[in-house]
Amino acid sequence: MTDVTVKELAPADRSAGKRATGKIVFYATVIFMCVVLVLPVIAFFINAFAFRWFYPQLIPDEWSLQAWQRLGLLPPPGQFSIENLFAQWASVPDVVRALGLSLWIGFLVTGVSIVIGMPAARALGMYSFRGKRLIEFIIITPTIVPPIAFSLGLNINFIRWDLALEAAGINLGLSGSVLGVSIVHLVPVMPYVVLTLSGVFANYNADFEAQARTLGAGPFRTFWHVTFPAILPGLFVACLFAFLVSWSQYLLTFLIGQGRVITLPILLFSAAGSGNNAVIAALSLIFIAPAVLILLVSSRYLSGESGAVGGFGRV
Amino acid sequence: MSWERWRIPLMLGPTVLIILVLFFGSLGFGFLQSLGFQPQLGNTELNFDAYISVMFSEEHSSRFWAGLLLTFWVAFASTFISAALAIAIALLLRRTFFGKRLAVFLFQLNLPIPHLVIAIGMILVFSQSGLLSRVAGELGLISSPREFPVLVRDSSGIGIILAYVWKEIAFFGIIVMAILQSLGEDYEAAAQSLGANRWQRFRYVTLPLIMPGLMSASIIVFAFTFGTYEVPRILGVRHPEMLPVMALDFFLNPDLNARAEGMALSIIIAVIVLILVLIYMYISARTIRRG
Repeated sequence: MTDVTVKELAPADRSAGKRATGKIVFYATVIFMCVVLVLPVIAFFINAFAFRWFYPQLIPDEWSLQAWQRLGLLPPPGQFSIENLFAQWASVPDVVRALGLSLWIGFLVTGVSIVIGMPAARALGMYSFRGKRLIEFIIITPTIVPPIAFSLGLNINFIRWDLALEAAGINLGLSGSVLGVSIVHLVPVMPYVVLTLSGVFANYNADFEAQARTLGAGPFRTFWHVTFPAILPGLFVACLFAFLVSWSQYLLTFLIGQGRVITLPILLFSAAGSGNNAVIAALSLIFIAPAVLILLVSSRYLSGESGAVGGFGRV
Repeated sequence: MSWERWRIPLMLGPTVLIILVLFFGSLGFGFLQSLGFQPQLGNTELNFDAYISVMFSEEHSSRFWAGLLLTFWVAFASTFISAALAIAIALLLRRTFFGKRLAVFLFQLNLPIPHLVIAIGMILVFSQSGLLSRVAGELGLISSPREFPVLVRDSSGIGIILAYVWKEIAFFGIIVMAILQSLGEDYEAAAQSLGANRWQRFRYVTLPLIMPGLMSASIIVFAFTFGTYEVPRILGVRHPEMLPVMALDFFLNPDLNARAEGMALSIIIAVIVLILVLIYMYISARTIRRG
């Protein structure tokens, strides 16, 4: 806009014009910001479907599914049919195996951490007792101390414990097993479960439980009909975070799994060195799909003050 | 009743036990090993040899100090840049506008995406044949990938910082947005009616109000960026390399004597992070007393 046009406008119009310009600048800034922040995801989509993507083309001339075929998720080119797709998946390609294992460990860790963490969260949220600060300190410390500081010692400890157990005739095999990996995932997961749920229990009124008990409900019925519905939203968030933290573990799985527990992050990390960008991008998309789904589902429960948000810092 | 006495310990027991045994037990055992305790090799004498070797020996010292410097630089730069950008974006997104929900969703999109994936995304975006290089090429700013600056796997840690900034903007963002929402705009309106301009309202009203939440988030981010392995492993170079990468390098060395040095490095990382957290807690406790 030149000076002349501005001068020609009446004062009211001028401010309207200014407001319109301000609006355009605002929207341009917001759109630019969003595009920049989402660049990695855009790059994954282009790379995962690009074919013969010559420099400096920004958008490839040809698209293809070769990365997905290479990962064994789709039948070879030209042979697409529903039967072939089933056969392909039935042969359990590495990716499907890793995906299944990641999901299994994630569900297991979530379930166990909730069962173990809920009573602890209740104790911390509803009662005051001697040594409470110390217990809180113990539970929070793993969220601050970098995982590398304890995972090296844990790696050796698991091997030692395995040897000791073997000598006692118990062949548990913690090191290099899914069981061992699931157990160590509890360390980064437990603090967030307890923090989230203790926040829920801090605002929870136990009088309703007493009422149910006086009316003759047993402990299980009281939990199912009174406690459970009351804490459900917080419980839901805690579950999502527990799963997400377990889902994204690389270092612990790598050190404790000894290369024998191949979850998605392990697969992705080894692919990262391969230089095949299409395959790396396809794997990344598979890896982030559940995470983005969790964000969609949980975003309305999220607020900065909830202990759970800290969980995102560790993903 | 005796049951009542044991109620709370029983409720807390399993959680505390898991963390004590797996976390503190391993931390303690790692510390013992860093002091040279390796019974399977016949070493039961404790000494600081591994620490001295890592920090002061001719073989490792230059690698260690360069790595320490890089680690501090990356952690500070990532924390500061992502906090500043997150505040700016959160303030921008505060007003109501068409498409706000979509913008907020995209703002938070990187939040649940694992660091490992963002690190890989940075390669696809910022490498010399990546997305941005292609944009520059299409615009005619450069004519070959080699003219694009080296932003990933560079020796000053730019790629690592970029990955953390992408990731932590979303983390700071959700915290700052929540604080702003709970504060409302009354304080700023009051300041405005007293004649404060936009900058003064931000500097003397908004910033002090979001500062406590921002500081505790910064501590989480700093500790995380200081001690994470995957991101510098994917986006860093061999020399200088960040301490967590160096620690694991030593630890995975087939020579079992290097293991103590790896443990020593991991303990050094933990001690630095803990000291910084304690300083932060001391400062914030003092500010609260004063306030």
